[in-house]
Amino acid sequence: MINETKDEEKGLPILGKKAPDFEALTTQGTLRLSDYKGTWLILFSHPADFTPVCTTEFIAFANIYDELRKRNAELLGLSVDSVSSHIAWIRNVEEKMGVKIPFPIIADLNKEVATKYGMIHPEQSKTETVRCVFVIDPESKIRAMLYYPLTTGRNMNEIVRLIDALQTTDKNKVATPANWKPGEPVVVPPPATAEQAEERLKEGYACKDWYLCMKKLPEGE
Amino acid sequence: MPCVSADGKPTSTGMATLKSLKDESLTPEEVSSKTGQPLFRVRSGLRELKNAGFVEEREGRFTLSEAGKSILR
Repeated sequence: MINETKDEEKGLPILGKKAPDFEALTTQGTLRLSDYKGTWLILFSHPADFTPVCTTEFIAFANIYDELRKRNAELLGLSVDSVSSHIAWIRNVEEKMGVKIPFPIIADLNKEVATKYGMIHPEQSKTETVRCVFVIDPESKIRAMLYYPLTTGRNMNEIVRLIDALQTTDKNKVATPANWKPGEPVVVPPPATAEQAEERLKEGYACKDWYLCMKKLPEGE
Repeated sequence: MPCVSADGKPTSTGMATLKSLKDESLTPEEVSSKTGQPLFRVRSGLRELKNAGFVEEREGRFTLSEAGKSILR
């Protein structure tokens, strides 16, 4: 409990805990975390505007935006740059690369949000945010976190897959195996008692053994 | 700002939000489905419009203020 409190004070987010609250200036006005209540939010940081890997990532994020919105999920970017810099950059991306950036970007010049979310890793950069992704659910709880170094662009398919997996887990009370994709068999939660383990083998699931049972969800689940 | 510009006047998004409230009081969710704007933008926009005096809030529902009605005339 003491360690947990210390971690929160240091701004390190914890899976399952409420996401740190914020009110921040963005390219689409002042936004608060509570503005996203009832919606899945993918809060992500990038090191800096007008940099090559970030530009490829922003185009890729824009390309999955419609898919995410179909899943009731919104994107919110962040870097330690000004709103003017963000606006100049996204206008440049639209002009030179033909991609409109439809989601807001936080201008976190004082690093307030970056600090709350542990986005600055000094061994990577003392002034820039690393490539973080926080998946925040409709109740404002942190459900997943990804941290990538400055050199490595993120995989958008994985971000969409992660949302699909979390929503499937919530809806059906199941887990998802490695490399799972929608439509594939899911993992039935392991039994908690010896009696349940015995019964599990008779329940019609595809079981390798009592602790690894899979089932197919009805279409559309 | 999405709904109120620096000179204190509603932007086109702000005007769309005000128009959605012309004849009724609505929740942010209802404004979002009526205007097609994402819910987070509606919440943020209504906050701006409220601070600028164009809308009033009571128990989570928003209505036009006198200033809001006047700007739609």
